[in-house]
Formats: sequence, C-alpha cells, structure tokens
Amino acid sequence: MAFFEMTRLALKWAVTRPATSRYPFEPRRPMPGSRGRLLFTRDSCVYCTVCAKKCPTGALSVVRSQKKWGIDRLLCITCGYCVEACPKKSLSLETEHGTPTVTKDRETW
Amino acid sequence: MSRTIIPFGPQHPVLPEPVHLDLVVEDEKVVEARPSIGFVHRGLEKLVERKDYQEFVYVAERVCGICSFIHGQTYCQAIEAIMQIKVPERALYLRTIWGELSRIHSHLLWLGLTADAVGFESLFMHAWRIREKVLNIIEATTGGRVIFGSCKIGGVRRDISAEQQQQMRKVLSEIEVDLQEVTKVFLKDSSIQARLCGVGVLSSADAHDLGCVGPMARASGLSTDMRRLGYAAFKDLHIEPVVKTEGDSYARCAVRCLELFQSIDLIRQALDKLPEGELAAKVTGNPNGEVMARTEQPRGEVVYGIKANGSKNLQRFRVRTPTFANLPAMVKLLQGCDLADVPVVVLTIDPCISCTER
Repeated sequence: MAFFEMTRLALKWAVTRPATSRYPFEPRRPMPGSRGRLLFTRDSCVYCTVCAKKCPTGALSVVRSQKKWGIDRLLCITCGYCVEACPKKSLSLETEHGTPTVTKDRETW
Repeated sequence: MSRTIIPFGPQHPVLPEPVHLDLVVEDEKVVEARPSIGFVHRGLEKLVERKDYQEFVYVAERVCGICSFIHGQTYCQAIEAIMQIKVPERALYLRTIWGELSRIHSHLLWLGLTADAVGFESLFMHAWRIREKVLNIIEATTGGRVIFGSCKIGGVRRDISAEQQQQMRKVLSEIEVDLQEVTKVFLKDSSIQARLCGVGVLSSADAHDLGCVGPMARASGLSTDMRRLGYAAFKDLHIEPVVKTEGDSYARCAVRCLELFQSIDLIRQALDKLPEGELAAKVTGNPNGEVMARTEQPRGEVVYGIKANGSKNLQRFRVRTPTFANLPAMVKLLQGCDLADVPVVVLTIDPCISCTER
C-alpha cells in the first residue's frame, strides 16, 4: 500500500515539457516511411490495369482504350498493394495524408 | 427482494465498444447478467467469397483495430501451412517484433482505459503517453500506426534497417524506464488496489472449465501461452508465461503490467538474433486443404480455421477470437458482484467486441 506513488510521477511531469504538441499550430509531421496519399505519374503509365485488378477495395479504375486512370479517394485504404504490383513504377505513396476529400467524384487522369 | 433489470451498454462511458448486458439486480447486487452482442457485425467471414486469398490479408488485418497485425499474421500462417510455403527466417523474426510491439500498445491501451474506469485520469494520460512512443516506432517501421499492412503471404513487405533497429532499442530503453514508473503506480497505489483487489475473483478451476484464454487465464493460475507453440520466431526465443494465482481484477492488471516488460525483452532477444536474408518467399498457385492456425494475441489465443478448395477464393473462413472465449467467464464473474464493480469486471477481461463480432 502506498499513497504517494502517483505524487512522484505528477511532480516530475509538473516541471517537464509537455509530451503533447501544440496542434494545429505545430503540424504533425509523418514518419519517413508512412503510408499516405497515393500518387500517380501519368508519363510512365501503360494502362495495363494491374493496379485496378489488385486493389482490395476497388478504388482504382483504368480504361485502356481511353487511356484514363482514376481513383476514388474515399475508397482507397492506402495499403500500397497497387504500388507493389505496378510494373512501370507509376504509382507511389506520399508520406503526407494530403487534404481531406470533400466530394464523391472520382479523380481521373 | 424484488428484482430490477438494469441495461448496461451498448453505449457506456467505460466501454469504448458495444456490448449490451441486461443486469438483473437485487438491491445493489447483480444476480444474473445476460449479454447480447451483434451491434458491429460486419460479415467478414462471408467476405472470403468475394476477395481472393491474397487480398484477404487486408481484411483479416481489419478484424480488429488493436491487434490488427497478429490477425494478419495468423491468417498468413494458416495459408502458408496449407500451401506449404517456407517463410524466410528474417520475415519470421520481423513478424515477431511487430507482434510484440502490438502487444505492448494493446496492453498500454488497456491500462489507460482501466485507470480511466477507476477514475484515475492522470494515470490514463501517462499510459497513453507511453503508448504514443510505441505507435511512433510502429509507424516508422511499417508505415501505419494501427493497421500495419506489413504482413503478406510468404513473408513481410518491409524490412527494419540497422538504423531503425538502433533507434528502436533506444526508444525501448526509454519506454522501459517510463513503464517502471507507471506500472509501479498500477501495482502499488492504494486507490487502484482498493478498486481492483478482490473484485471479480475467478478460480483456477472455473477459468479452466469456462475456457478462458490469455491474461485472463494466466491471472487465475493457468500457465497457457500460445507463444510457447513456437510459431514465427518464438521457437528460438526464451519465453516464460507471466502467471498469477489470485484470479482477481488486480491479478489481471498485474499480469498485463508484467507482460509489457516480457514483450520488451522478447523484442530485444529477436533484435539480437535477427538473421540476414530474404523478406518473402514466392507464392504461386491457390491453396487447397483445411487448416487451423493458433497464435497468442494481446487478449489471448486466437484460432483461425480455413478451408480452401483450390480456387482463388477460400471456401470457409472462421475466426475464434479471445474475447469470445472470455465472455462466459465474464458472465460468471458478474453474478454476485456489486453494481458499482460491473465496469471494472467487464473491463478486466479486455473486451474487444469488434474482434468478437468480425
């Protein structure tokens, strides 16, 4: 039985810098390897549709005849399976999450 | 004495997850508890018919938001057993390291919630402050904070570089010092003891008969730990289950506190022995056969039953999660306890309802 176990911890933290950051004044920076927003590089894409077939949530759509690549940001779970599968390395994951998606439109390139 | 039925949950301040209990009380004593679940059923077991067996790793990881990695790992182990894939040693060690990190973060989450449930807000903040450091290690090595996404059939997706290993050792030493301070409060402070000691006592025989798993069983004196089966890298690591014999809420709290240090020790052992080599084996063809896989999650033993018929979609997929195994014991513990102790008793089984309902 002890009554003052917490007091020691509380006193220590009363004079220590806060463990929390002052968000949103100090934005949180993601770690170097974080999985964030999916990035598409149009120049190297050959529209092979592998990414769309592999995507576990069906967020990607590729139309080879029209050379269109599209993503539904609300469905994407940033798992990185498409990045792994892409034969031309046209896809990559940013570390930042990017801006919030506010419309249900499919982004197409 | 007239009986009253008091509904508890599905939304309740101490419970972050939806389980409903009809508490039949006489005066202030609970005489019967009737649980009902099914509020967050997602039908993940049915989803095997639509997702192919490789994509399903992502679904398996999402069975639970806390022990996500070990769910993915168990699923991969099951498929690897059916397809007889030899997983590279380095991948097995990395899986072990991530599995133990997820155990530390799950136990710290539970300790925080318990402190909050007994009304100890500042201790809750301290437990979660330490948890944040663990989540940062996880994010740096896997890319996600709770959904790791680093396990795949045949191995792992990411490596832990020498620099990251060095950083991980440094942070683990810091965490160990912090944990010693915080767990001392959990184990010695009189207000915590007054709330947990002697509350919800489960005897060893009852724990065995009701099929308890994990820290719940270990706190009642049953030395069960699936890690001793030697899956992943546990075959090469020294592991001694943390066992307490009191069987009350305090013992369950103590088991989890001590398991934190055990996990840190296991990560250090795994980092010392981490072999060089490939990260993943090549996977070809489709699974055909039936298999059971068992691993130790933060909450106890999880069992995966998988049946495949040679097509890319599995035929049957079944998960028995640890909380499901611990629910009968919880109902037993609630009989005869005070109404004011109900939140503590419910919380000490570490309920993960989204796991249970899949």
